[in-house]
Amino acid sequence: MTRFWQAAPSVGHPLTRIEGLDKVTGRARYAGDVAVPGLAYGAVVPATIPRGRVLNLDVEATLAMPGVLAVVHRDNAPRLTDIGEGTLFLFQGDRVAHWGAPVALVVADTPERAREAAERMRVDYFPEPPDTVFRADHPGLYEPEYVNPRNPTVTGKGDVDAALAGAAVVVDAEYRTPAQHNNAMEPHSATAVRSDGRITLHTSTQYAYGVVPTLSKLFGFAPGTLRVLSEHVGGGFGNKGMPPRPDTVLAVMAATLVGRPVRVTLTRPQLWPLTGYRTPTAQRIRLGADQDGRLVALEHRAALQTSRLHEFTEQAAVYSRPMYGAENMRTSHRVVALDVPTPRWMRAPGEAPGSFALESAMDELAEACGVDPVELRLRNEPAVDPTTGQAFSSRRLADCLRVGASRFGWAGRDPRPAVRRDGRWWRGTGVAGAHYPARAAPTTAHATALPDGSFVVRVAASDIGTGARTVLTQLAADALEVPVDQVRVLIGDSGFGPAMGAGGSMGTASWSWPVVTACRELAGRLAAGEPLPPDGLTSTFDSTAAIGARADYARYAFGAHFAEVAVDVTTGEVRVPRLTGVYAVGRVVNPLTARSQSIGGMTMGLSTALLEESSMDGRFGDWVNHNLADYHVATNADVGEIDVTYVDDPDDELNPSGVKGLGEIGIVGVAAAIANAAWHATGVRQRELPITPARAAR
Amino acid sequence: MREFAYARARSVDAAVALVADNPEARYLGGGTNLVDLMELGVERPELLVDVTGLPLDDVTEDGAALRVGALVRNSDLAAHPLVRERYPVLSQALLAGASGQLRNAATTGGNLVQRTRCVYFTDATKPCNKRMPGSGCPAIEGEHHNLAILGASDHCVATHPSDLAVALAALDARVDLQDLAGPHEIPLVDFYRPVGDRPDLELTVQDGALVTGVALPPLPAGARSAYRKVRERASYAFAIASVAAVLVVEDGLVSDVRIGLGAVASHPWRARVAERALLGGPATEAAFEAAAEAELDSATPLRDNAYKVPLVRDLVVAVLAGLAGER
Repeated sequence: MTRFWQAAPSVGHPLTRIEGLDKVTGRARYAGDVAVPGLAYGAVVPATIPRGRVLNLDVEATLAMPGVLAVVHRDNAPRLTDIGEGTLFLFQGDRVAHWGAPVALVVADTPERAREAAERMRVDYFPEPPDTVFRADHPGLYEPEYVNPRNPTVTGKGDVDAALAGAAVVVDAEYRTPAQHNNAMEPHSATAVRSDGRITLHTSTQYAYGVVPTLSKLFGFAPGTLRVLSEHVGGGFGNKGMPPRPDTVLAVMAATLVGRPVRVTLTRPQLWPLTGYRTPTAQRIRLGADQDGRLVALEHRAALQTSRLHEFTEQAAVYSRPMYGAENMRTSHRVVALDVPTPRWMRAPGEAPGSFALESAMDELAEACGVDPVELRLRNEPAVDPTTGQAFSSRRLADCLRVGASRFGWAGRDPRPAVRRDGRWWRGTGVAGAHYPARAAPTTAHATALPDGSFVVRVAASDIGTGARTVLTQLAADALEVPVDQVRVLIGDSGFGPAMGAGGSMGTASWSWPVVTACRELAGRLAAGEPLPPDGLTSTFDSTAAIGARADYARYAFGAHFAEVAVDVTTGEVRVPRLTGVYAVGRVVNPLTARSQSIGGMTMGLSTALLEESSMDGRFGDWVNHNLADYHVATNADVGEIDVTYVDDPDDELNPSGVKGLGEIGIVGVAAAIANAAWHATGVRQRELPITPARAAR
Repeated sequence: MREFAYARARSVDAAVALVADNPEARYLGGGTNLVDLMELGVERPELLVDVTGLPLDDVTEDGAALRVGALVRNSDLAAHPLVRERYPVLSQALLAGASGQLRNAATTGGNLVQRTRCVYFTDATKPCNKRMPGSGCPAIEGEHHNLAILGASDHCVATHPSDLAVALAALDARVDLQDLAGPHEIPLVDFYRPVGDRPDLELTVQDGALVTGVALPPLPAGARSAYRKVRERASYAFAIASVAAVLVVEDGLVSDVRIGLGAVASHPWRARVAERALLGGPATEAAFEAAAEAELDSATPLRDNAYKVPLVRDLVVAVLAGLAGER
């Protein structure tokens, strides 16, 4: 079995997933699977108005239904502390902030009875006229103080308007992307078990440690009261990140009220308003260039939506800040708060929609200048970060473009659109650049040597299907200089101490820092002959100070995507027979799980290019296609040949493992590469996603 | 989900006796649509009568016709040698539907009586005249990009989601039924009611009638047939438009033509206007286009589904041209 790969060092070898067998045989227990004696089940009663007040809840009739144990609502719920997170401030008043917001939780002895009673519960509302529809010219748009996560709202240098006025070639276009939902296969689920004044919460989260401080502040728990366990997570894509989602609060509330363990699992339609989504965007790009395609001006303006419960502004225009060099640059964001659910992180927030706009506009500039789109990007490579002036820790975009062009067979491409007819198909090719920030966040890890010669590493990491557990095992084994089968990495337990979550492509960079450091220190202590006590010898490392001491660099992963697209001449059906992705992501720890991450990301990019769109009915304030039959994600049949390569990217300014993170860069720019290829196929510019048959050919 | 009773029918008569008089009872076949709707709270039966043990799972020759039992699974029907040989349009339509797993479970009879995928119908928190008569139709002003352009009314613009039924409409199939009065059969195209002002009433047959099978008459000599489905993703999606066509061309003239259209109306749409326009005339692309346009003269597209009108026109032309050009 490759699991017990004896190669040393292990980093660089394609170790198969350590928990893979458990997952495919059903032994792996997800949050909603954990067996708990005496378990009761909570079902959410969602609001069916987009704005207004709850007048009356028919609690008595619900309590009389079969199996119902309790109804949690505004009159009996524990009082919460307002921590500035409206999505978690549940049952504290009568306001309804959006369709689908919980107005009560029905607790019963079986999930079916809980759900039936919740669906039958009568709720009387005082509805108010809602404002639910995002528009690029919405009068409520404003500049927020910052954009996600803490980026400046506006950046600029030079005089964009003057430079555009004097530019030989100008591209000025608006790009639109729809609301999209994360839709992990595993729904959000939380099981709260109270015992001896402590609470154990089994939940599906990308950030096991982060749940603890948030819920503790919310409920007023003393330190040490709450422990969060999240051993396996069935996908997250951003919407199991911070803050914790309402299912966690509801489970803790209900367990407190009924005095027995309670599980709250959200239904697929309930995930849509309660767990986050990507905002729709309207982005305007203005590019000015000389006749050779060298940029003199670059402007990226983004309009976005948020909710009235919480301001979350997706950083769509941030993509343009480090990407291409121009003397005159401006990026800005405006957001409008609507009577809608709260948007959150979803699959490369900011970079995914932002790259669609900029990388599409670059293709339009290439067309306008008569310059090859790969060459155009090479001509606009900046020496330093064009917005901040910082040096790049490493920047291998040009390598990615050149290697990609070679692998894809770009040379000799006829730039003219709509000249390649092949039976029932128009064919075309397109390219886009990509980047994603390479960050790390403070994390604590423990490495323990046991008397039997094995090692245990503990860190509150999350493996959301990425292979995090596996690559941490490889990194730890190499740091300890032992085979991987002597190392067990335990994750998903908040009791292991502060740790970054699986988000922002920061997991491996953040977790491996203290894992590798603690393991090296432990190996040193053992080598120095330190005695091994019966319960083991432990080294602990907290990376906070080390991260703070890093030199000032612009740190990014870079990449390039190439797409071949076929558009049916009769129907406008769009197919993508071929995608090539080339990445510079620092060190690749495990080529097998890395490749899976990259093809997954590219597939998500393809999916957003062609399929994904949450359809808001403004009268209800609800996305009416809230299920996986009507909201289409790519199937196997949509995915053609995918070629993934990594270029060498040694970078000493990152972290002890030299990794940049590659979870999300696979998504960035793919939609633009496909849209650019669709134009090359048909001659019709695609400035709005998704590229449906209705849009593709007409 | 409402708690419900479950019974296994021992005979067709027993099944009909259990369901025919009980508006709260439903037949359970493959369950691929009914069980979903129960989980969504759209269907709330008190009794499910499982008919999957009944002897209705054969494909048999009946003279020149083919008789398909109501419980023949979609995947079995698609793979049946006689179906593949005589009715390629039917096999193609079945294989264009759903996923392999669903086709293994879904039955011929159940496929015909599946419900619309209109998002307001499948969401019990929204008004819908089909689900709750008189509550209104939010789709007309709302999400309707994949709803009807033909035969709809001010009360409902839902479409029928079946691929199979579109092919059956083009094949002049007949539906075998049994109700309390006994067995009888009607043409498939008469099995569905026009929408009118009662979109909740979808079928012309008595409540509680059991579909026991489908009869396929022989096709005329020289007939070619094909199904083409357009969908937003490459598999596992309902059609945004589909065409089932049977064509006979003799000496360059159309001597027989039958066209079924899917995803355009509340039921599989037989394009009689186009067929009349083509019959006896030349089998040319120009004639196909004129015929398709004549059929679509009566289209009443909404704000977001007007793209279907040229799409259906072009698809009809492409399918007929493909059949006329085959040798």
